[in-house]
Amino acid sequence: MNSREIVLSAVRGALSGVPGTERPDDLPPPDGRRADHAGEDVVALFAERAAEYRATVVRVPASDAAAAVRRALARTGARSLVVPSGLDDDLVPDGPWSLLADVPPLTVGQLDAADAVLTTIAAAIAVTGTVALDHGPGQGRRALTLLPDQHICLVRADQIAPDVPEALHRLDPSRPLTLISGPSATSDIELERVEGVHGPRTLDLIVLEGA
Amino acid sequence: MSGADNVVWLGTPAFPEAARTALADTRLRANLRRATGTIRDKRLAATAELEDWEELREKAAAVKRHTLRHLDHHLLRLEKAVTAAGGVVHWAADAAEANRIVTALVQQTGEDEVVKVKSMATQEIGLNEALADAGIRAYETDLAELIVQLGGDRPSHILVPAIHRGRSEIREIFRREMGEWGSPAPEALTDDPRDLAEAARLHLREKFLRAKVAVSGANFAAADTGTVVVVESEGNGRMCLTLPQTLITVMGIEKVLPSFSDLDVFLQLLPRSSTGERMNPYTSLWTGVTEGDGPQNFHLILLDNGRTATLADEVGRQALSCIRCSACLNVCPVYERTGGHAYGSVYPGPIGAVLTPQLVGVENAASLPFASTLCGACYDACPVKINIPEVLVHLRAEAVEAKRRDRLLPTAEALTMKAAGAVLSSPRRLAAAQRLAALGGRLVGRGGRIGALPGPFARWSGTRDTPAPPQESLRAWWRRTRTRRREDSRTTAGREG
Repeated sequence: MNSREIVLSAVRGALSGVPGTERPDDLPPPDGRRADHAGEDVVALFAERAAEYRATVVRVPASDAAAAVRRALARTGARSLVVPSGLDDDLVPDGPWSLLADVPPLTVGQLDAADAVLTTIAAAIAVTGTVALDHGPGQGRRALTLLPDQHICLVRADQIAPDVPEALHRLDPSRPLTLISGPSATSDIELERVEGVHGPRTLDLIVLEGA
Repeated sequence: MSGADNVVWLGTPAFPEAARTALADTRLRANLRRATGTIRDKRLAATAELEDWEELREKAAAVKRHTLRHLDHHLLRLEKAVTAAGGVVHWAADAAEANRIVTALVQQTGEDEVVKVKSMATQEIGLNEALADAGIRAYETDLAELIVQLGGDRPSHILVPAIHRGRSEIREIFRREMGEWGSPAPEALTDDPRDLAEAARLHLREKFLRAKVAVSGANFAAADTGTVVVVESEGNGRMCLTLPQTLITVMGIEKVLPSFSDLDVFLQLLPRSSTGERMNPYTSLWTGVTEGDGPQNFHLILLDNGRTATLADEVGRQALSCIRCSACLNVCPVYERTGGHAYGSVYPGPIGAVLTPQLVGVENAASLPFASTLCGACYDACPVKINIPEVLVHLRAEAVEAKRRDRLLPTAEALTMKAAGAVLSSPRRLAAAQRLAALGGRLVGRGGRIGALPGPFARWSGTRDTPAPPQESLRAWWRRTRTRRREDSRTTAGREG
């Protein structure tokens, strides 16, 4: 017997007491959405909760997106901005920074040297102040949002789901997914939360309202 | 099916002895008190925010219990989905086999170093040691794991393996050891946690950038889609899961969930139970291999290592529902005082006390089921409602039974219990024993309490005060007063009649 068969037969042996009439799919996935944790104004809640995790959150009219990105870059003094494929040109502001396209793919060294990255998102979660990326067009492959020290995210108000279950249902499990709640952090020293370890230390969330 | 690994640390003393040493360490106790106190308050605040918290716990418990009852079915579904998405699935019956598979996979890449995401499964199988034997260096990248690795130490907590270290100790370890492993710590390193985190960032950065192979564990894996989930805070997980070309994930077979939708519940429960946050900073989910993004070779190793033996026990099986949040450690009065090392296992605290003896056989960790006061705080905190006290009592019976099997002569405990059985089953013998106890209690008791006693009573009485038996038992009192009352009432009745 190979190990696969050894483990599977050990599992079956251990479960010999389970009646044959009981089926694996007798228990459907639970509905995690019974309670409304979000309330009426999901956009306000998202902004509040994300800010509690030390993300910088601004709410602007959709037409002011590029200006808000410009202010975020000016605030940190970024000199270079990574721009993923598929991001609308109108969203990328002019300024004293060089633009780095990921075509051909940037090396990890180039990404590590870059100051900032600008992306859209796939969905957001109001209750937890989370943004979810599926790394499709406008979001770039995963390394793009990991190595530069500032991540600027454009969040359309209609992408904000009230809670975790609703957001997960909007995502495509076949794609790589990253859920981001605030800048990187650790509680490993005396269980005291400290922001800024390996991931981007600055997370800017620009919420775009009105189409 | 378990071999030589880290589930129990060979050569470490049994819990009572180790606990005595730990209790004498005042710095350790101060570190633990501060850390567990902080996290307890945070967890309560985070869980109180969701009015359906209890319902979420019920749902999660139901999913886990039902999944375990059909584990073979879901493992096969997971294997199929991961394979269809471009991953390769391996099965390992024990630690040695899992280590062999990982070592061979690393060797095939031609690399001699790997970066690691914090993972209990790889701790459990002693992977770092096995890789070192094959000339492969494994770099821990989680901050707490890094502190443990640089300090030549052992983990003492599931979530925060360096919880026993205070900030000034960590600064000393960084100053002393970082240079040995790569870039040294900055000259002016302070003991501010911010500074220490920054030092870890600088130290590990070059390792992330050059790494070709990463090893991770898994928090969950969805059988329907083949999606694997790693929940983390620092971004070291994302680095390992994204930058290298080859990713090797070692996962206990009990981590499988039937469907992606089950994450609805578990991604609400885990962060709030573990770090007391609404959501951890980063959660990575991946399904096999994605062209042009992340590792192009993905291996998933499904690990048994004692889990099927645990599964066979219908009471103890529930321990496999554990999602490694560590809430039970943080609320445990025993853990808070002894710390994790006293348990002599990578799985310390209440969950360790029920999981470790089952993974390695109760006779190999016989003191652990007794490392608890049975207060039940762990059960109240557990997000998947593992009835830890119930399993502890069940394992205590097994430990006693195992001890009996191994001995020709009965133990003092067994003799005492047998004598107690004889006394308690006979009213006459009980009354005689109670009269004797009342007399003995008056002789040795001080202020209504019996303290430490010599001889055969020393082991019991050395750690607890026993109330001195009353001068008269309830039965004796009843007989005395009832007889008198009956006489009284007869007199009254006679008067009225």
